[in-house]
Amino acid sequence: MMDPQMSLALLLIIPMIASALIFLTGRNQNIREAISLTAAFALLANVIYLVRLVAAGERPSLLLAKFAGEFDIEFVLEPLGAIFAAIASSLWILNTLFAIGYMRGNKEKNQTRFFAFVAIAIAGAMGIAASGNLITLFVFYEVLTLSTFPLVTHKGDEKAKRGGTIYALILMGTSLGLLLPAVIGVQAIAGTTDFMVGGVFDSNVNKMAISILLFLFAFGIGKAALMPVHPWLPNAMVAPTPVSALLHAVAVVKAGVFSILKVVTYTFGPALAASSSMSTILAWVAAISIVLASVIAMRQDNLKARLAYSTVSQLSYITFGAMLASGMAIIGGALQIIMHAWGKITLFMCAGAIYTIAHRTNISSFNGLGRTMPWVFGAFLIGALSIIGVPPMGGSWPKFYLMVGALESELAILMGALIVSSVLNVIYLVPIAVRGFMRPPDNPEADAHIAEERKKHPWVIIPPVLTATGAFILFFFAGDMVDFIRPVLPGGLN
Amino acid sequence: MDFLSFMPEWLITHGAAVLVIMPLLLGAITAILPSERLAWFVTLFVTVFSTVTAFAILLVIFGGETQLYKMGGWDPPHGIAYVIDGLNAPIIFLICSMALLTTLYGLKSVVAEVEPKKRAPFYAAFMLGMAGLLGMVVTGDAFNVFVFLEVSSISTYVLVAMGASRDRRALAASYNYLILGSIGATFFVIGLGFLYMETGTLNMADIGGILRNLDGGSRVSMVAFGFITVGLGLKLAMFPLHLWLPGAYAHAPTMVTVFLASTATKAALYLMLRFTFTVFDVSFDYVFTVLTFIITGLGCAAMLLGSLSAIFQTDARRTLAYSSIAQVGYMLLGVGMLTAMGLTASYVHVLNHAVIKGALFFALGAFWYRYGITRTEDFAGLGKMMPWTMGAFTLGGLSLIGVPLTAGFISKLQLARAALDRGWEWAVVVIMVSSILAIFYIGRLLLAAYFQSPPEIDGEVVERNEAPLIILIPMWFLALLSIGIGIYYSDFVVQLGQNASDVLLQGDRP
Amino acid sequence: MISAVFENYHYSVVIILMMTGLYVVFSSRNLIKKLVGLSVFQTSVFLLYITIGKVAGGQPPILVDDGHGGGHGDGKDHHAEVATNLLAGGEAKVGGAQHSAEVLYSNPLPHVLILTAIVVGVATLAIGLALVVRIREVYGSIEEDVIADLDHRYNLEGTAD
Repeated sequence: MMDPQMSLALLLIIPMIASALIFLTGRNQNIREAISLTAAFALLANVIYLVRLVAAGERPSLLLAKFAGEFDIEFVLEPLGAIFAAIASSLWILNTLFAIGYMRGNKEKNQTRFFAFVAIAIAGAMGIAASGNLITLFVFYEVLTLSTFPLVTHKGDEKAKRGGTIYALILMGTSLGLLLPAVIGVQAIAGTTDFMVGGVFDSNVNKMAISILLFLFAFGIGKAALMPVHPWLPNAMVAPTPVSALLHAVAVVKAGVFSILKVVTYTFGPALAASSSMSTILAWVAAISIVLASVIAMRQDNLKARLAYSTVSQLSYITFGAMLASGMAIIGGALQIIMHAWGKITLFMCAGAIYTIAHRTNISSFNGLGRTMPWVFGAFLIGALSIIGVPPMGGSWPKFYLMVGALESELAILMGALIVSSVLNVIYLVPIAVRGFMRPPDNPEADAHIAEERKKHPWVIIPPVLTATGAFILFFFAGDMVDFIRPVLPGGLN
Repeated sequence: MDFLSFMPEWLITHGAAVLVIMPLLLGAITAILPSERLAWFVTLFVTVFSTVTAFAILLVIFGGETQLYKMGGWDPPHGIAYVIDGLNAPIIFLICSMALLTTLYGLKSVVAEVEPKKRAPFYAAFMLGMAGLLGMVVTGDAFNVFVFLEVSSISTYVLVAMGASRDRRALAASYNYLILGSIGATFFVIGLGFLYMETGTLNMADIGGILRNLDGGSRVSMVAFGFITVGLGLKLAMFPLHLWLPGAYAHAPTMVTVFLASTATKAALYLMLRFTFTVFDVSFDYVFTVLTFIITGLGCAAMLLGSLSAIFQTDARRTLAYSSIAQVGYMLLGVGMLTAMGLTASYVHVLNHAVIKGALFFALGAFWYRYGITRTEDFAGLGKMMPWTMGAFTLGGLSLIGVPLTAGFISKLQLARAALDRGWEWAVVVIMVSSILAIFYIGRLLLAAYFQSPPEIDGEVVERNEAPLIILIPMWFLALLSIGIGIYYSDFVVQLGQNASDVLLQGDRP
Repeated sequence: MISAVFENYHYSVVIILMMTGLYVVFSSRNLIKKLVGLSVFQTSVFLLYITIGKVAGGQPPILVDDGHGGGHGDGKDHHAEVATNLLAGGEAKVGGAQHSAEVLYSNPLPHVLILTAIVVGVATLAIGLALVVRIREVYGSIEEDVIADLDHRYNLEGTAD
């Protein structure tokens, strides 16, 4: 039967083999996409097996390589990682379906390269999810950055090049300049970079050093897009929409916030992190990011840009939860990773569907589109409600936990930021759907052929409907998830 | 260890001498060979033979032995002894294997870059240079070091000047190198003279013993240390004594550039380590002060200014040459820490950088070979024109930046870890800033190669024209090796570094 | 102070030559003159080495025949032993083994060393001159400023001429 170690290795092997096969069979579209899908399903099955193991209390581990003296490359799967792996692998399937529809529908070039690098990026995400220590996390973090670079610059024009350059510079710069020193600093101070429940530091560790390390991690993990290291995210919007969906909902940003959550939980330990004065400052920064990014999002007319800033805002919820570092807040952050992933990928896929079918990108031109594309705009509305946090959508749970977490802490005032942001979310997301359904079309004749066009592209419509359904169903499973996550907290916080 | 059983016994016991004498003798013969093809085969034979021998010796040394070979049977300290231990065995192997790879590469590139009449002498000079480098690394006699240093330098001047048929600036570069190199060697020999005045011996271990008994010796040995450091500093392109390097690297034939970049400065750095730690000792006040304050400071200056200059070069080879100066800075920083970790990191970077720069310069040579490209602005579209070569260049470039899963990452990880261990947080900042500067100068080339379209000549887009296989093989070998070191062999390389630092720090043990 | 300078006058000579040589290398813009400076510089080092080999009152290091020729049988070993002692160098008072301990020899080792260094110096000079000849052929000048100017233009325009 399955061996846990083998299964951990498969997390990397399946996407890597898929990537190689895609490169080799690139000429034949159907075989290439069949490989992509098969790999995605195989990976999901593998992850489900692992998740069940983790739920049963096991922590499967695998030493991949002795790495440069005292550092090891090691996989240890724990609940947070299992959640991230589960999201990434399940959404990979839907994203692949959507990508097939989108790439074919828009006749994009270099589709082989696209699918191959998506597979590599998934391998990077799996590596991050299963990483058993900081150095492993860092290694796969960079793999993810590099493998998504060709995706961001997919179009290859001047704009893509500029966006890609900013993307690479910020992500590589922060990771090499801040994250790597932080990782090595942890090794130097604690003597290990392993993730342990309750943290690795002694109780008498220098508080100043902890503050500096926390700062380095918060901004060094540029993928978490905490202001002011967020500009890579809007700039990465030049990529094709499936990439944006992958980046903004699945692999990259989630890898960032997941890393922050993991570092706070397992490296510092919630108690130590909460007692550091730096965490208070960073919680403020996160709260400011939440509100400021929402305000900027309101002012964007381009749908993808608006969603990008919305993502910056939503990611900061997780950083915020991590910095509060109470039991409720961390659980809230972990839930937010799941719920936001499902909600945001829905929104991005809808944006892609609108672009593929109607060739529109600006919100001001969406008048009446909901009438010709009811499924797409319906899915969009559900996704938006989930992001806002309206029950009975999945997205309501993390907001609830985070607000309780904020209230319990000394930073109750910051709960205000969450409330303001929710109001802003309503303002910048709901009117898009409303505009689609309620306003009369600007040009009814032009919309007539959209209905025709719609029938040609079923595969850009079905995936967002599925993810929207998912965002709704997840509402009912929040209790199970909380039980699943709880073991990551040290005894005192349960 | 099975490999060792295939090696004849005499080859291992006499290996130290054979390694030096073989290229020296056959090099002399090659100079008068009538055919360039024959000369190439002789060189190939020598390099293959040396690589195998060096590998066998490396295995023996890795088992924990130290080889002492007495030249002509004379006992040291009177006779000249060749010593191979954990510190120089990897460098010897590095020199031999890089010579082998460059020779393979040379089959095509030398034909393109050197005039027909000069090709046999070119290989002769190449072998002499190799013999010189091997000699200066393997010998345990201080004056012998000088002799071999000059053997390698003089043949290098010739080799660099041979680039003149491709680029006339090679002549001026070679001349500059000659002037500065001779001054460096002369400084070195002045230092040796003073050391001899103080101790009355030339055997390195013997000098070391006497100086330790004298507790560092008088002002004479202090001055000797100064002269030797400056002399070797010139050879290893320590900032600000690096002025000869960019020209020599940029205009020499590619084969020479690769060989120089991956071995010459490394051998000089080895000598610096050997002299600072074995001949002198860090427990002497003056050595400690110079290393901690001056060498470290110059290393950091090199890392920042070297990387910064690299960004503004118009010639890709000069970019990489300035990057080499910066990389030497990393090594010096590790040496300046004076801890086992720092030395390990420095040594690991010596090996890794040789691999990385080798791959990068090989790729640059291939660009010239096919399209005559050296300038950064001509990189446009190279990703389409030479995908395989550009692929190797990309891997090497990422490794140079220090992306995880590459050799460069191992070096930087080790170095930053060592800096924190030493309590030098500022050094970590310098390392990271320099890495980020590397993103700029490598990224600039990569962006142009992949995102700009190939140029058009007479209205037609330049066609894809990949480099020949014999050029691709050594290039990809090194590129993959740098990934291999980043993933699987990191532990082995770090082990080599630790062995070396053990040898260096032996003096500190009671 | 002054007397110290005169007692060690040979060092003064070495230092003056050395500095002259270095100065010429760095100040001269003519390639041949730079090589001349380099040679002066190197020669000063030869002098430095030779002066340190001199032992006050020492004889030339040629074995004094003390009548003990030694049998043919052990002749080889005997010479080897003597040579070993000679190579010991620094201890200048080397006798012909146990036979004639009173004889004081100058230290011959620095001479031997510097013979090698002279050869190296000549080789360097030869290469340097050969390079200058080639530079003259290609650039039409041996003035560094002119060459640097030509190279600079080459760098800017990407072509010779």
